[in-house]
Amino acid sequence: MDLLIFQVPILMVQASLDGALLGILFALIAYGMALQWGVMNIINIAQGEMVILGGYIAYTMYVMGIHPAYGVIVSPIIMYFIGWLLYKLVINRVVDRDLFISILATFGISILTQQLMNFIFGADVVVAQSNFGTTLLFDDMVTLPNAKIFSALIGIIFAIGLVLYMKKSKLGRAIRATSQNARAAKILGIDTERVYAATFGINAALCGVAGALISITFTLHPYVGLPYTVRSFMIVIIAGLGNLPGVALSGMGLGVFEEFSDYILGTEFRIGSVFTLLVLILVYRRFRLSRKREYLE
Amino acid sequence: MKRNNLILYGALLVFGLLAPFLFPAFKLQISFMWILVILALTWDVQGGQMGYNTFGNILFFGIGMYICASTQIGLFFPLEEWTASGGEKTFLHTPSQYFLGLSAGLVLAGIVPVVVAALIGYGILGLRGHYFAICTLGLGIAAGELAGGIEIIGAGQGMTAPPWPKGIGDTEFRSEFFYFLTFITMLATFIFLRWAYQRRFGLVLNAIRDNEDKAEAMGIHTMRYKILGWMVSAFFVGIAGGLVGNMVGYIEPTEIAFAGATYGVFMILMAILGGKGTLWGPVIGAMVFHIFKEGFWTFFLGWQYVALGVLIVVIVIFFPEGIMGWLREKFPERFGEVVDEADRKAQVVLK
Repeated sequence: MDLLIFQVPILMVQASLDGALLGILFALIAYGMALQWGVMNIINIAQGEMVILGGYIAYTMYVMGIHPAYGVIVSPIIMYFIGWLLYKLVINRVVDRDLFISILATFGISILTQQLMNFIFGADVVVAQSNFGTTLLFDDMVTLPNAKIFSALIGIIFAIGLVLYMKKSKLGRAIRATSQNARAAKILGIDTERVYAATFGINAALCGVAGALISITFTLHPYVGLPYTVRSFMIVIIAGLGNLPGVALSGMGLGVFEEFSDYILGTEFRIGSVFTLLVLILVYRRFRLSRKREYLE
Repeated sequence: MKRNNLILYGALLVFGLLAPFLFPAFKLQISFMWILVILALTWDVQGGQMGYNTFGNILFFGIGMYICASTQIGLFFPLEEWTASGGEKTFLHTPSQYFLGLSAGLVLAGIVPVVVAALIGYGILGLRGHYFAICTLGLGIAAGELAGGIEIIGAGQGMTAPPWPKGIGDTEFRSEFFYFLTFITMLATFIFLRWAYQRRFGLVLNAIRDNEDKAEAMGIHTMRYKILGWMVSAFFVGIAGGLVGNMVGYIEPTEIAFAGATYGVFMILMAILGGKGTLWGPVIGAMVFHIFKEGFWTFFLGWQYVALGVLIVVIVIFFPEGIMGWLREKFPERFGEVVDEADRKAQVVLK
């Protein structure tokens, strides 16, 4: 018991740090989801599978003998084209339709991608070793893998870069205009079809970055995509569309929550607690809104 | 019109009654087809008639399955030792124990999901649109993950359902028994829903689908009907779950009981394939899907789920109205729609 009381503050620091660093990656994925949700009004269930696919690209590089950290450059480029292709094949047919159609269609893509990854990369849990070493804090009581710090930094850099790109570049402005009013944007000469394709591609590229970072900090497995989708969905509904500091904060909050539930309930309940939290948040918001006779829609 | 329907019902009934003797090798497959029909029919209560696209009806399927098996075992033996002993059959049900347990288990497998649906319905059904869809998706998966952490029902390893008691017939008799049980359950589901859709219940569900706010403004307690509709689905899905648990004989949390990637998607796909919002659509959709699945699955050998993913995308994008919707467009007279010749010609000109 003494040991536990002595250890609890250390464990809390450890869990909070782990969670916050992991949460930055969640926020990155959630930013991609918010982007396509805001612009195209599509909820992409295959978001998590894109993340895992991006991770496998980095893992393949690792197997081929290239340091997996270069994956953060290679995998977004490949993922951009995969996302663009996916848009041209499937998504452009569901953009203007009922939301449920797009949810179900992307669910189909998600199952498809899972299985293809299972065939190509096998059903084992894999991790790409980065050999970055670890940092010890507070008299060696808190261990922090450098890979996690590295991935958080890269995540922040990409997020800032994307925000600047959306603010300054021509395509970024076109994307923002389309998300505000697609018809008006079309009238003013913006090729919305191209904007949609680019948005989906950028989202896929973000997933690629996040996946490559996850491959060196975390583990990869063909069937763990859906939790990432649910996490990013949760972050988006907590923070709201287009609220960037909110996305970052709630992403880190979610990461911390997960690490704590890991310590308290045990690892076998980790995924379960994420999904349970999703249900609880949605129901909570529903009751909050119903007081004002409103509802989530 | 009326006679056509009568022929259809008669054909279904005769096929259902004779199938185990005509195709004895496919008894189990046809039983699973009836199960899929039940799932598609009950999904359509929410997805088609009420316009609430749920991914979470699999929750009741899994609950029913676990409740049924636990009751069957727990009535006569300590549940904990049963699951701890795993596949080894240290306990054996006598025939009377087995059938008593099965009937009690199936009754509870219907009742408990109904209670669950009533309890969570008020919270969940207040969500709309895609929030509802994602929330129910989370619900189904959360249930599977949590069930995988509960020791007494076998946690991640799963548990076995009681084996068929010795001394009563052979395995042929067992599959015939379960065949008729599933067939009767399917008939009960179909007849009940047909009856309910012709009542105020069906009208209110359709009103909710068309415009919920307006329905509420007209003085309908929409929430009550939404919960009631979910309870109806939960009842039949729960019994179907209990039956599947016994037919398969082995219950695993994420692959069999709360199987979002198989039964959970199948029920949506079948209802859409057949045509959602119609009574016959889910039945036809489930049959076509099951025949396709059993017939072609073996050709894909290992690639089934890839094929499933492609199938979902293709059906959703190119065939969202389903078979019934297609038939309705082809033969509108048969569906009681009056077609004006001049109107039809005008439409062609407009194109």
